[in-house]
Order: sequence, then C-alpha cells, then structure tokens
Amino acid sequence: MAAKVSRDNQIVPAMLFLIPASIGFLAFFLWPTIRGLYLSFTDYNLLRDPTFIGFQNYIDIFNDAVFWRSMAVTFQYVFINVGLQTVIALALAVLMHRFTRSMIIRGVVVLPYLIANVIVALVWFWLADYSLGLINAVIEGIGLNKIGFFGSEAWAMPTIAFVNVWRHVGYTALLLFAGLQAIPRDVYEAAEVDGAGEFRVFRSVTLPLLRPILAFVLVVTVVGSFQIFDTIAVTTGGGPVDATRAINFYIFERAFERFDFGYASALAVILMILLATIALIQNRLLRANESDMER
Amino acid sequence: MSTSTRTKRVKKVRASSAEDPAMAKSPVSKFFGRLALAIVVIITLFPIYWMVRTAFSDNRAMFGEPLSLLPVDFTLGPIERVLGLATPEEAIAEGGSGASINFGLYMLNSIITATLITVFQIAFSAMAAYAFALLKWKGRDAVFNLFLVALMVPVIFTILPNFVLIKELGLLNTIIGIALPAMFMTPFAIFFLRQFFFGVNLSIIEAAVIDGASQWRIFSRIAVPLVWPQIITLALLQFIFYWNDYLWPLLVGTTEESKLITVGLGIFRSQTPAGNPDWAGLMAGALLAAIPIFALILIFGKQIVGSIQSSGVK
Repeated sequence: MAAKVSRDNQIVPAMLFLIPASIGFLAFFLWPTIRGLYLSFTDYNLLRDPTFIGFQNYIDIFNDAVFWRSMAVTFQYVFINVGLQTVIALALAVLMHRFTRSMIIRGVVVLPYLIANVIVALVWFWLADYSLGLINAVIEGIGLNKIGFFGSEAWAMPTIAFVNVWRHVGYTALLLFAGLQAIPRDVYEAAEVDGAGEFRVFRSVTLPLLRPILAFVLVVTVVGSFQIFDTIAVTTGGGPVDATRAINFYIFERAFERFDFGYASALAVILMILLATIALIQNRLLRANESDMER
Repeated sequence: MSTSTRTKRVKKVRASSAEDPAMAKSPVSKFFGRLALAIVVIITLFPIYWMVRTAFSDNRAMFGEPLSLLPVDFTLGPIERVLGLATPEEAIAEGGSGASINFGLYMLNSIITATLITVFQIAFSAMAAYAFALLKWKGRDAVFNLFLVALMVPVIFTILPNFVLIKELGLLNTIIGIALPAMFMTPFAIFFLRQFFFGVNLSIIEAAVIDGASQWRIFSRIAVPLVWPQIITLALLQFIFYWNDYLWPLLVGTTEESKLITVGLGIFRSQTPAGNPDWAGLMAGALLAAIPIFALILIFGKQIVGSIQSSGVK
C-alpha cells in the first residue's frame, strides 16, 4: 500500500521511539531468557560462578520424586480450577446476558479479581480456619464434622483451587459476557420466532457462536492456573506433606530456600516447554481462530 | 407453522423485545435468573464483608461469638495495631502478637513502587506502540511479534535470572530494584496501546505531517491526547496489577524500607502464632491493603469493567 503519509520510510523516528522499550525487552526479557536457558545446564548457588554440567539437572529432575509429585498436584489444581471456573463463568455470563444490563453487577462480579491474591488467600484462610473460622462454625452448628480445609492432605489443594475460582470467575464471566454481546441480535430473534426454549437457545445458538472466545479464555486460564503461587505461599506453604507443592512453588523453594539456581532454572525450562505445548494443542483442538458465525 | 402465524410471531417478538432480544422475557425465567444473580452477588461480597467485620472486632471477644454478623465489641484496635500506633503492651492486651509491624510504611512503599512502574511503563510502552501502529518502517511487524513472544515466557522463568541481575546491580532491597524490570515496557501494555493508536484517524496525523510537525510533536500533542481516556484506564489496571504483585517483591524487597504491603501481609501471617492467631489484626492489614483498590473501583469502576470486557473480543 502506497503510504499517504509523506515519507514512506520512518525508520529513524521509529528506532528513537523504541529505545526505552527495547532496553527493557533486551535487559529483562531476552537476556534473562537466554541466561535462564544457560543456567539450566549449570550447577549454580549464587555465591560461586555457575559450573557447566550438561544435562545433569534434567537427568536429576527425571529421577526426582518430589518433581513428579509436584506435577501431579499441579495438574490436580489446574483440573479442578479450570473445570469449575469455566462452567460457573459460562453460567454467570449467560445469566448476565439474559437477565441484566447493570454495570454495578458487572463491577461487583469482577471485584475479587482486582483484589490481591494475598488478601483473598488470607480472607479465605480465616473463613475456612479449622478451630475458629466461620465455615467450620456453621458446619458444626448444623451437626456435621469440621473439615480441615487447608490442613488436611485431601482437602488442601481443592480448597486452594476453590479460592482461586472465587477470585477469577467474575473476570472470566465478563470476558465471556463480552463475547455473548458480540453475537448478532437477529439470531436470538430468529430463535424466539421458532419458539426455542431457554436451554435450546443456549445449546444451539449461544454456545457455538461463543466458541472462539471460549477457546481464548481456556488457553489463558489453563496457562495461568499452571503458575499458581501466591495462594500457596501465603496459606499452606506447600504442605501438608507435599499436597500443595505446585510446580511454581517447588521452583521457588529450590531457588530461594535451597539456593539451587541451576536446578530451579531447569525446572522452569520444563514448565515453559509444557505451557507452550499445551497452548499450541489447545489452539489446534479448539480451532481458536475460526468462528462458527460465517457458516 | 404457516406463514401468517410466523409473521404474527415475528411481529410479537419484535414488539415485546423493545431493544434487546437477548434478554429473557418470561416472568418465571426472569424471577429465577434474578434470584441466581442475587446469590452470586452475595457469595462475591460476603467474604469481603467478613474481612471488614473481623477487622473491627476485638480479637479475644470474637472467639466467643464466631457466628456474629456484626463486629464483636467494635474497636479500632486492630487497625491501630497494624499501623504501628499501639504500644506492644496494648497490642498484646488486645490479642495481637506485639511484634512491630508498620503497614503505613508498607503502603507508602507500595504506592511509590506501583506509581513508578505504571508511569514509566505506560509512557515508554506508548512510545513503542506509536512506532508499531502509526509509523511505517521495514520489519515493523517482525519486531512487534518478537516483543509479543515475551508474553509466552512464564513469569517464574525470567524471575530467576532477573533476580541475579538485580543482585549484580546492587539493587536488592531497594524500591528501584523492585520497579526496574517492569518500568520499561510489558508486551501486554504495548499490545493494547497499539490497538488504541490503530483507532486514531489517520487524516489528522497526515495533516500534521504536511504542516511540518515533528514525530515527537505528533505523538505527544495529537496521538496521545486522542487516546488519553483509554491510556488512563490501562494505567489503572497496571497500577492495580503491580499493587497486588507478590512473588517478585517478596524476593527483592525484604527490608522494612523496601517491603511492599502484600509482602508485609504474607510475613505478618507467618509470624502470627499458630495457637492464638491475631485474626483481627490480619484482617485489618488485609483491609488496609484493599482500600486503595476499592477506592479506584468506586471512582473508575465503569471504565475498568469496560476495558476488561473489550480485552477479550478483538
């Protein structure tokens, strides 16, 4: 396209405009990425210079039972968190779409997402406390046995997953709600003219037309869930036993509690490859870029 | 269905659904739909209310009335305690730990850090976004895509080498050390600012070029003012994000002078004795940390919701 702007090549001003952002990109994204890859092949404890040890860290990780356990609990978390969150968010988005246009309700629903993970974690830690928390007081009040939400191996990870569903579900619902509003109105008119009921409209009209945005939301939430850290760090600290030692928390422990930077870097490389693979597969499976709208 | 009844129904549907046919009409579905929404609102707000209720309760008296919906023995003690306004003796008498904590200072640190990051990051990202959206040069899209790849790298991956770098620069335990990596740009901000600049009417820019205005002048006097409301909303979201950030400041800012509010809260919780935790103090700290966010949402809620909504649909 012949540019209407007088000069066709504005490379000199463009470079000048890009100077600060490029410094940030090179110093804090590209350089650490290269350095992180290199460190993953070294033995490094922050005090001495890194020593190159080839694939030793990766071999050790393969034989590290804590790593495998940590992957297992991470997948458990992602499965519960994403599953619940997507279903509830979808229901909530449809509710908002069909029954209200209130900006206040949208604001309330997205509120938890804007509050820090640390605050949300502490509030629920208090609500779900074994001896003094409200939830257990109610459970006891109706004659059932108290539950060690954060303190028992079986409950700890599901509880953390639930807390983060509470924080994120409104945000996800808002994204889906925006997708719903983008669906042409005459489609709903047509459905109504044909006498389709509430559920039929959802299954045959809403869901197919929402698929592209649903795919986008799923990729973002899955990749985000894998990186769970704050809630665990503030509440259980990885315990009880290994029940909540998710991969990000394990990397943090190896690096900053055991000063095993080489090993931690190799764990981070594995996480990065895993996330890239999952994002690619999801994109492919959900055909994220095409819409059913054109068909 | 015969053509005539169909036409009738079309007319009826058109007439009843005044402006928004997506909204449910039957009174029964309306009732249950609104009931469900009310339940959602209660589930969302109740934990936040419980934080407030606890923050104004007496830590000792509260345990006698775990189900009381109102603050138990209403007191400002927990707030004073976490702001460092109470003496250790007073704090212990009220069920606090007596350890010195100063959330006022941590809040100040958080305000300075989040402001520093937001102002510089948005300014520098806007400059880059301008070059990607409104200037024409070879390799533009390739460089932009390279910047976007950074979005794919998990946070924990760059945090390890960045920590080493900040340590080498001698910036550990300084506010500038916490802020520096985020001050130059994020791919996220560049992406959205570029979208904003794409919406600028090109004929205005062309007219300025013909008048002989420099690119810097066009950027600062024309392009930025045109998308200013969107820039402010993005800046608010970034401010909230960095206010809430935990992992990076936990690693880089561990002294009193560099501790952010989220880090202070996390440490307060781990210091609190397991047998007799100061829940009222903890919730008071949490409330203080959340108040600036509540204020921003009360003032700018509409813009924030609108901005989040538009971030998914491209």
